[in-house]
Amino acid sequence: MTLQTKVVPSLREAILRAGLRDGMTLSFHHHLRDGDNVLNTVLAECSLMGLKDLTVNASAIMGCHRPLLDFIEDGTVTGIECNFMHANVGRSISRGLLKREVIFRSHGGRPAAMERGESPVHAAFIAASAADAAGNCNGKEGIAAFGSIGYAMPDAEHADYVIVLTDHLVEYPLMDASITEDRVDAVVVVDSIGDPKRIMSGTTRVTRDPIGLLIAEQTARAVQASGLLRDGFSFQTGAGGTSLAVASYLGGIMRERGITGRFASGGITGLLVDLMKEGLFETLLDVQCFDREAVESIRENARHGEISASRYASPTARTAVVDHLDVVILGATEIDTDFNVNVHTDSNGVIMGGSGGHSDTAAGAKLSVIVAPLVRARLPLIVDRVGTISTPGEDIDLLVTQYGIACNPKQAELSEKLRYAGLPVFSIHDLKARAESITGRPARIESSGRTVARVISREGDLLDEIRTVMG
Amino acid sequence: MRRSLLFLPGNQPNMLQNGAVLPADALIFDLEDSVSPSEKDAARELVASALRSIDYGSRGLVVRINDIDKPYVKKDLEAVAAAGAMSVMVPKVSGAHTIHHVAVMLDLIEEEYRMEPGRTKIIALIETAAGIEKAFEAAAASPRVEALALGGEDLSADLGCPRTKEGTEIFYSRSRLVVAARAAGIEAIDTPFTDARDEEGCYADTVFARSMGFDAKLSISPHHLRPIHRAFVPTEEAVAFALEVKEAMEIARREGRGAVSLRGKMIDLPVLKQAERTIELARASGMLAAEKEGALL
Repeated sequence: MTLQTKVVPSLREAILRAGLRDGMTLSFHHHLRDGDNVLNTVLAECSLMGLKDLTVNASAIMGCHRPLLDFIEDGTVTGIECNFMHANVGRSISRGLLKREVIFRSHGGRPAAMERGESPVHAAFIAASAADAAGNCNGKEGIAAFGSIGYAMPDAEHADYVIVLTDHLVEYPLMDASITEDRVDAVVVVDSIGDPKRIMSGTTRVTRDPIGLLIAEQTARAVQASGLLRDGFSFQTGAGGTSLAVASYLGGIMRERGITGRFASGGITGLLVDLMKEGLFETLLDVQCFDREAVESIRENARHGEISASRYASPTARTAVVDHLDVVILGATEIDTDFNVNVHTDSNGVIMGGSGGHSDTAAGAKLSVIVAPLVRARLPLIVDRVGTISTPGEDIDLLVTQYGIACNPKQAELSEKLRYAGLPVFSIHDLKARAESITGRPARIESSGRTVARVISREGDLLDEIRTVMG
Repeated sequence: MRRSLLFLPGNQPNMLQNGAVLPADALIFDLEDSVSPSEKDAARELVASALRSIDYGSRGLVVRINDIDKPYVKKDLEAVAAAGAMSVMVPKVSGAHTIHHVAVMLDLIEEEYRMEPGRTKIIALIETAAGIEKAFEAAAASPRVEALALGGEDLSADLGCPRTKEGTEIFYSRSRLVVAARAAGIEAIDTPFTDARDEEGCYADTVFARSMGFDAKLSISPHHLRPIHRAFVPTEEAVAFALEVKEAMEIARREGRGAVSLRGKMIDLPVLKQAERTIELARASGMLAAEKEGALL
């Protein structure tokens, strides 16, 4: 047998073979997080080749993608579609640097838009920590292993041309391939896809902050009081210190009561791996690994499964994991009295984040809980109207702060259950008043400039617009 | 009723704010060790403002003032007493004279601000060998003194011995302090456990302190509040007995009898007081809902 190799001699050769021209769209994933070399390297090559007016469609723009600003300034890039944007890039976008409007989607909305033809990708550049010459690849092996490659799976599915970039070429066939050769057109071997030290998220430890712990403990008690914490429980939480503390407290209750959960999903941390190993959760459904322990586990453990962004959260999927969720724990930079949540912009209206899976999991889970301190850096969490609607209030059930819990009025029964359990339940207006008694009432920042970004709901509708902020 | 008293640095606004939600029975706003000399004035203003404006619920509010040899003490007392501190913690109490000094200043402040005389109480912090020797004298020096508290760190330095987790070096001082407080009819508060990360160590230390007769424990870390409270949870048998004592006393009172016996034994005042304390601890520990208590009574 003669192996038909797809290895091309250089990145430029791959770009030429992909037929990339001015105005086309390139896609990237963010599994290498803040250690990613691929997005910057590909754009630098495009810039050298004189390509213009490109659109970058990335599952997330991280802090390390600051060089993107240079490629915007030289006209290589004029459009961005993403699910999250770090402030390093967001600040300049908010000042109006980009010619066209940024399109913000959610982790589930992105593959759905590709499937519906609303977000065509001409060439997908998929960083893989291991690949063979035919393009079978994964993120589980190699020096820059990052675990699940779930966010890139829809790109491989829908892009016109699929290029795998790897720094670890293995003999054909790579057995545990996450993306398979039938979807791959070219393989480029590079020196390094990313810095392994910076691939992992910074905060993957349970917080020691007493206020964070207080919020987490109240949250765990609220989940218990909701009646959802029983055998077969399914759960998702983020990698922040307070979210992990919730998982830790819930683990304690499950241990004490002999409860076994069916699955934990989303971004996976070592803490969730430990809960699975202890038998408190039967399985993990992993779209993204947050730390070394999770990467090791997804490689070694059959009950730790990799899922695509589509299967994770797409509203066009026949069913998605988020639809099976009992409880999701989420953060917020602002929440308003209608429970709308902002995770896109800061208190000055500057872009510093994005939905990620926020709106997907909130829509899918039976109980969506926002955990956040009521006052942060002398600013109240609760406002009359959020600067940007990232997740509609109708999908949020509870807000847990250190001063008490607010229950969405549509959840009257839940509110009663929490009160019966002795939890401090208030109206969101009362909590807002409490916050303002500490901070005063901040003046509203009105931005009236041109639209710099549009927030698209997971169903594909316009949810909100973000305007220029001069700062 | 207090089991835990948490120190909060007086110069940190966010910590003063957090005090309103942390599960401490009492808060001690510190103007002494945790505040550098250049920040004494600012911290005093901040603490007074927090006392006036932040709703601390049912938590006891104590301010640790600077020691009486320092120039700040008059300003400290004036600012915090007028702002509504329930008690002041007086550091380095070495006998009745320290208490008299503070009590006289409080008399004048309360008069000037037309406050109820004697309203501001004193917690005497005993943290020297001389202080231990004269603990009872300090406890009995003024009706304002509501508690003796032990400062084990400075004490062991004064004794010239290393401070250990086991606390062997302060065993005698702990015993002496409990006896002095009891003899004066006031509370005994134990020294803080100093390893913020060792919650189980704090629990064991509090269990030991409780067994010696301490009513409460100082805390330098919010992480110690739960272990302290856990150590003060009474046993179910103790709670059941306490409720029986209360019930027997109530029946005797209704029937106009002075002497009360329970299971063939006479119940006297110390037994009743202990029963009342056990019921308070049970209530604070969430063991006793009001209706359940009522039903049992």
